[in-house]
Amino acid sequence: MITDFLLSRHEKKTLIVAALILAAAILVPLANLLTPVGSILHVPDHLVPLMGKYLCYALLALALDLVWGYCGILSLGHGAFFALGGYAMGMYLMRQIGARGVYANPLLPDFMVFLNWKELPWYWTGFDQFWFAALMVLLVPGLLAFVFGWFAFRSRVTGVYLSIITQAMTYALLLAFFRNEMGFGGNNGLTDFKDILGANIQAPETRAALFASTALMLALALIFASAVVRSKYGKVLIGVRDAESRTRFLGYRVENMKLFIFTVSAMMAGIAGALYVPQVGIINPGEFAPANSIEVVIWTAVGGRGTLIGPIIGAILVNFGKSIFTAAFPEFWLFALGALFIATTLFLPKGIVGTVMQGAKNRAERQKAVAAEKGRAVSPAPATVGTPEPQAAE
Amino acid sequence: MTRARSELRLMALLRPWAALRLALAALVMMASFGLSPAAAQEALRPLINALGTGGFPERAEAVKTLAATGDPKVPEILTYLSDGELYAPKAGGAVYRVGAGNAVTDPLTGTPSEGVSAGSLQKIRLNNTLRGAITTAMSQLTLLSPDRNKRFSAAQDILKSADPAQLSLVDGALAQEKDGAIKSLLESARAVMVLKSDHSIEDKKAAIDTVAARGNREALTILQTALAGAPADLAPLIQGKIDGIARQLALWDVAQNIWYGLSLGSVLLLAAIGLAITFGVMGVINMAHGEMVMLGAYTTYVVQQAVATYAPGFATFGLAIAVPTAFLVTALIGIAIERGIIRFLYGRPLETLLATWGLSLILQQAIRTIFGPTNRQVDNPSWMSGTVDVGGLAVTWNRLWIIVFSLAVFFALLTLLKRSRLGLQMRAVTQNRRMASSMGIRTPYVDALTFGLGSGIAGMAGVALSQIDNVSPNLGQNYIIDSFMVVVFGGVGNLWGTLVGALSLGIANKFLEPYAGAVLGKILILVLIILFIQRRPRGLFALKGRAIEQ
Repeated sequence: MITDFLLSRHEKKTLIVAALILAAAILVPLANLLTPVGSILHVPDHLVPLMGKYLCYALLALALDLVWGYCGILSLGHGAFFALGGYAMGMYLMRQIGARGVYANPLLPDFMVFLNWKELPWYWTGFDQFWFAALMVLLVPGLLAFVFGWFAFRSRVTGVYLSIITQAMTYALLLAFFRNEMGFGGNNGLTDFKDILGANIQAPETRAALFASTALMLALALIFASAVVRSKYGKVLIGVRDAESRTRFLGYRVENMKLFIFTVSAMMAGIAGALYVPQVGIINPGEFAPANSIEVVIWTAVGGRGTLIGPIIGAILVNFGKSIFTAAFPEFWLFALGALFIATTLFLPKGIVGTVMQGAKNRAERQKAVAAEKGRAVSPAPATVGTPEPQAAE
Repeated sequence: MTRARSELRLMALLRPWAALRLALAALVMMASFGLSPAAAQEALRPLINALGTGGFPERAEAVKTLAATGDPKVPEILTYLSDGELYAPKAGGAVYRVGAGNAVTDPLTGTPSEGVSAGSLQKIRLNNTLRGAITTAMSQLTLLSPDRNKRFSAAQDILKSADPAQLSLVDGALAQEKDGAIKSLLESARAVMVLKSDHSIEDKKAAIDTVAARGNREALTILQTALAGAPADLAPLIQGKIDGIARQLALWDVAQNIWYGLSLGSVLLLAAIGLAITFGVMGVINMAHGEMVMLGAYTTYVVQQAVATYAPGFATFGLAIAVPTAFLVTALIGIAIERGIIRFLYGRPLETLLATWGLSLILQQAIRTIFGPTNRQVDNPSWMSGTVDVGGLAVTWNRLWIIVFSLAVFFALLTLLKRSRLGLQMRAVTQNRRMASSMGIRTPYVDALTFGLGSGIAGMAGVALSQIDNVSPNLGQNYIIDSFMVVVFGGVGNLWGTLVGALSLGIANKFLEPYAGAVLGKILILVLIILFIQRRPRGLFALKGRAIEQ
């Protein structure tokens, strides 16, 4: 039944993108490990984690699209779920260092020795096990989103108010994680990782494997998200986005619907963060900065919200642009990013994918109209809810 | 006897005019003994010479005796002594001053002492007891100085040391003192001395009352020391006074926290009030609001530079010029933003949020490119620097002016909204945009002016913030989230909500800080607001009516 749920009713373009991501999951590691250096097909070592990073961002943007594009919840705090997933993974990686740290303490990470802590805080227990850390990657962001959403949606906090308090949430976490007393490395965060699952984290093979798992996870998440939004529940979700009060009056429990998608989305963001940390090699409180969360929104908007594949494309494009820009003209990057925000909202409200889809739809309708004028019988199209068209949620 | 008789005989022998001259000379000598300082100083000489004999305790005694004369020459001598310039022969005897270049002089008159070489003398050495004695002696002497500031610091010194032996000196000074502040210091000092010495219980009780009446931390310490050595029948009284003062001090602490809170709240009010207008009237979340504040602060900097270059005489009025300039600059930029970007996004608040965020990035980077990433120095004019004590409160002038300024801006805005035509139109648009439009109000025009007004107020907030915060491209970022919290907490569409929201957040923040620390306090506030929003999703002062639900 679950396979049925996952494999049925996908749009063709979603499947194409998923297939492309899977192809990358196989080809990039192969091109990195098997081809000789200097060959045209060779992918240099330093590009593998960079591309892996883009895919993590894409997964984060996909998670945001679920809540923003399909449910109208503009979360300005998704970076917090991402960072929490990252911290859970970072704690596992810290415990794997063992006695190889600067202070060679077998139990305590370096920063705790430095702060003169004598024993491991209780919330660090269990993080030496990978399965436990993996569970926490899902549970911690999920729980936060559940509690936060339960309070927020039940009292019908909507629109910009919700956006602002999600921003306050990530800001509060930013301040909290900067404190040394929290036991998460304070300002410096967690870094100097050595091993993941027994493999050297710096080795090209490990990095290739990390890239492959990120791509695989992204493809799975895309299929899952597509299945969710095309299910009956997904249709109601779109109803909530476009006319919340009406959906409520029809008898749906709007707050439960929102709560579910918000929690699922937070867990996806947590996974993205967990995959991000071993590839980047550091997690620090800066990831909680409100600016980061807003940047995720712009990736989603550029690609096209409410399309699932749009945010993936947007995240990869914008971050690729960022890499190029910050290397070539570092002082102009913020100008470019700011202009991107303004231009997207003014001229490209549906994003790249949404605009292309709109164009295709218009063309099809014109052809139909031309055909109808020629007098041929046209079977009336079934009145389905077609491609969701993003609208402003008030 | 024989000598007097021989003088008489001599006088008889002299001619009458010579006798007259002699008598005159004697008269002059006698007058000089009563009036001339030079002669009076001669009386000091044995006392000065005593400084060079005996051990440290004896010398300390000598210092005290010297000080007790109250002669104006004594401070000079004591300064020589504490500077290590007084020397005496090894065997004792006359004391000399050995100044720069081993010049030996007489310490009293300053005339060179012929025939005494520095090599034959030994420096009068000091130890801490002696230094203490010198300091006390100096303050005793300055207690009677005609210079008020000198007397004031001397009174403070004497309160610190409070040696019962100086009781009579303080009594003397008290009798002459006219200045209230010095008098109260001296009275406390006297009370402490009484407590230390063996006076009667009644005297001591009066002394305790005097000390307790001061009611500050010093008084608390004095009483606590007194409690340690107090007789059994005084202890309960002292303990009672200590409790009273502690209660009073706790009250002052509360007042101080409220003051800090008001100060923070007024800053928040200034930053949030413009936001409340744009959000309340237009439903626009302006993420670039913080950058308007930042632009206002940079305008202040530019104005200050311009005034310093072209009209240095007006430097103290730089701030007064900066306020309207900043308002105009940011209001014009605000109108440009509204006409250029925001008007295309009405009805799409989330998109407006993103576009204005993009704008804030551009403005920040532009300022960073023009002025550089480092802080710019904006000076405080003289009338805004310094502190004034009000009871147990330390009130800084710049904070006080900012509170006054923010309240002035608040009430000016309130008057504008309630009394002017533009205000009427703005309120109409807030309550029901379509109805207002049907009634002939040009809503786009009102929108542009409203946005300009909100931005202009942010610019004026920037002028105020330039006085207490670093003027850097990130200035606005530090306030934007707090301002949003104020608006969300207070409720939109009602300025009183913003006022109450800003002040209560400011005060709550400052009350949490001592218990939780600055960062944790802020986190707690954020959490409390998030919880509060659950209870009242539209803030403290929510607008009511059907226009609210979309």
